[in-house]
Amino acid sequence: MQSIFGIHEQALKVRTMRAELLANNLANADTPNFKARDLDWRAMLSQSKDELQMVPSGKPDLVRTNPRHIAASADFTTSDFLKYRMPTQPALDGNTVETHIEKAQFMENAMQQQATLDFIDGKIKGIRGALIGK
Amino acid sequence: MSMFHVLDISATGMHVQTVRLNTIASNMANVDSISSNAKDTYRAKEPVFQTIMDEETGRPTGGVKIKEIVENQAPLKMEYNPNHPMANKDGYIFRPNVNVVEEMANMLDASRTYETNIQVMNTSKQLLLRTLQLGK
Repeated sequence: MQSIFGIHEQALKVRTMRAELLANNLANADTPNFKARDLDWRAMLSQSKDELQMVPSGKPDLVRTNPRHIAASADFTTSDFLKYRMPTQPALDGNTVETHIEKAQFMENAMQQQATLDFIDGKIKGIRGALIGK
Repeated sequence: MSMFHVLDISATGMHVQTVRLNTIASNMANVDSISSNAKDTYRAKEPVFQTIMDEETGRPTGGVKIKEIVENQAPLKMEYNPNHPMANKDGYIFRPNVNVVEEMANMLDASRTYETNIQVMNTSKQLLLRTLQLGK
């Protein structure tokens, strides 16, 4: 179903998820052997965009041996887009969290989330205006 | 997936740093706890952190916890001081293996990480409030 919010609904989901991951990296800044992770949100969003525009995706789908079978395909899971961060200065305890990088990424994500919220808010206000007839 | 999970994660981060600050305070307070044998002497304590893994998804999104608190096994400082009331029969007293400079550096690191978690919490709080305000 086409959402009235378009890509922004997915974008908000992706950015909330990414905020959690980055918060987790920052919380584990002193955990031995912890590997920092991040979400490949560009790939995730372009995937959602393709879905919205009904572009056939590269998703693994079921083989249909009978014309009356219903088409079905496996959903991409978050873990397909979950990547490990390459550290610029690896630490002796095996931890790959670089606080300054994580903080910068978190801030970037917060701004993007703010923008997404603004887009959704604008959409809601527009529709409400149309309904009220002002 | 809860909307407020990010706050829980930062809370665990703040909690472990508080425990770390507590052990540092304990180490600093006991820096002159003299004893007459090696067994009873205070040893510097240090927490070991561990990531909480999400049971359902296997994703490391659960924050951080204290795995254990270990004692520093570095040799104790033996000092020849036969006039000390705690001296053993050979005239030695034992001082804890607390390294004050190391503890101070640790304290700075702990307080910085604590601050980072507060900042994450604050930013998330603002975004969540904006989300709740959508369409108002």
